[in-house]
Amino acid sequence: MPDKPPTQPPTASQAADAPYPRLRRPVEGRLIAGVAQGVAEQLRLDPVVLRLAFVLLTVVQGVGVVAYAALWMFTPSVPHTGPKPARDWAQLTAYAAIGMALTALTMLTVGTLRGFGTWAIAVVGIGGLVLWQQADSLRQRWVSGAVRKVRSSWLRTAFGLLLVVVGAIGFLAASGELAAAQTGLMFTGVVVGGIAVIAAPWITVLVKELQDERRERIRQEERAELAAHVHDSVLHTLTLIQRNAHDPREVLRLARAQERELRNWLYQPRADADRTVAAAVKRVAAEVEDEHGVPIEVVCVGDADLTPRLNALVQAARQAMVNAAKYSEASVVSVYAEVEPEEVTVFVRDRGKGFDLDAVPPDRMGIRESIIGRMERNGGAARIRTAPGEGTEVTLTMKREEP
Amino acid sequence: MTTRVLIVDDHRLFRAGVRAELGPEVEVVGEAGDVDSAVRAIEELKPDVVLLDVHMPGGGGQEVLRRVLGKGSPVRFLALSVSDAAEDVIGVIRAGARGYVTKTIGGKELTDAILRVADGDAVFSPRLAGFVLDAFASTQAPPIDPELDSLTQREREVLRLIARGYAYKEIAKELFISVKTVETHVSSVLRKLQLSNRHELSRWATARRLV
Repeated sequence: MPDKPPTQPPTASQAADAPYPRLRRPVEGRLIAGVAQGVAEQLRLDPVVLRLAFVLLTVVQGVGVVAYAALWMFTPSVPHTGPKPARDWAQLTAYAAIGMALTALTMLTVGTLRGFGTWAIAVVGIGGLVLWQQADSLRQRWVSGAVRKVRSSWLRTAFGLLLVVVGAIGFLAASGELAAAQTGLMFTGVVVGGIAVIAAPWITVLVKELQDERRERIRQEERAELAAHVHDSVLHTLTLIQRNAHDPREVLRLARAQERELRNWLYQPRADADRTVAAAVKRVAAEVEDEHGVPIEVVCVGDADLTPRLNALVQAARQAMVNAAKYSEASVVSVYAEVEPEEVTVFVRDRGKGFDLDAVPPDRMGIRESIIGRMERNGGAARIRTAPGEGTEVTLTMKREEP
Repeated sequence: MTTRVLIVDDHRLFRAGVRAELGPEVEVVGEAGDVDSAVRAIEELKPDVVLLDVHMPGGGGQEVLRRVLGKGSPVRFLALSVSDAAEDVIGVIRAGARGYVTKTIGGKELTDAILRVADGDAVFSPRLAGFVLDAFASTQAPPIDPELDSLTQREREVLRLIARGYAYKEIAKELFISVKTVETHVSSVLRKLQLSNRHELSRWATARRLV
């Protein structure tokens, strides 16, 4: 199956993002609403030609005004920032003068132009323009996006079609050929109907193929994203591991960090990393693990939003993890955080060498300030259980409600 | 008498690694790489304990459990996985595994866990203990069967200590009870986890598709 993303054909137009220049009304250089200028850009003509055409059509029973109004309604204007530029009133006056002069001339000569036929042609023209401006990129991507595009703007499309049909019938009626055309129309209708019947299965297959193709493209994009992710993270880490093969600590650190990242990517689609206690505990554990190369196993039960006091708890827990990773010489640190209705408790435990709590010099800020002091200042409590050779467990408790 | 073990995992490298790490107390009698060959090997070799990978082609560990335990086989399963998703952990336990450990476990701990399972006890990793506490605590609904649908105070204490990284021996010391009593509590929790038919348990696990 051909699977080629829709390429953008290079157009000479200013709109690089649109595959085909869409009819739009520029703000700069407009005289009334920028319709003539927009159409001129679309047709790659000088705006003067279009303006004269509108004036001429206005003279012919005001068709130009109707056309202008319709295009004004159905055409979006070019996005424009900043103050709107002033109009060239001199030019506007000139066109008005031309219009009036022509009107006078027509009235004097009672031109043969007058008649229902011109109206009909004008209506067809307006309808065609509406359809055309509707089409937009549609012609470029007719095969892929047309159906949806038309459906989304079916009202406008119907309006344009109606104008064309009314105009055509009007023209036939005016030229007295309507009756003659009826047989022809009948014939055309039958032929078109026949072709539709023949083509219907083929069209359905085509539509289905297009849907399949779109689905396949989405799948391919997902696969590409996955590949990109694997490349950026996993392959990169594997390269680093090979390069650091002589340093088991670094290898362990890299592998753990990559594992964690991959798990988050696979199982944690949410991005609110720092809003809750459990997420914050996991994050600081990951940071400490990265910094000190000691695996930290985190288990969380329950969860709560992170308040400033609970954040202090998390920071104290972080310090406890750092101490365990740096000094305990344990191969792994266990962290258990439990959120209960009244309080939150975090345990940081290692099976390392432990220490004599009373022998800790008073200037060791890690335990006294960052853990015990911080907890007490925030209305919580810290308990440290340790003895040489017994490992260490730090228990941090914080009430959830303000005291 | 050594404990006879069958290793079921679709990664050959991992099977070799486990085989090399296990202590002399256990004897690896065979390996299997997918669901069908695992079921066949269990029938033929009749191991004491099956080390079972959770994720495998053909239905995974749960499918093996369903097909083997459905026939009333006395073999015991210890689930071993890289996945920490609650769904997988709770799922494999409820399907009949006697324990769950992650693949990062060391050789010594794994050997202990195998022996424990062979003795008919349950093996809870800290993470599994956390999941169980969470699952049983997460609902306010009154239990349908109070005996099965809620944990006792003591069981909760034991689970908390497991989650904190305590070994059974340390838990016994901490709570002034014997290791046997700790094992009884854990087995009781396992039974509740497997038999409790409160829907919250499964729903909780599904809703919490993450670590």
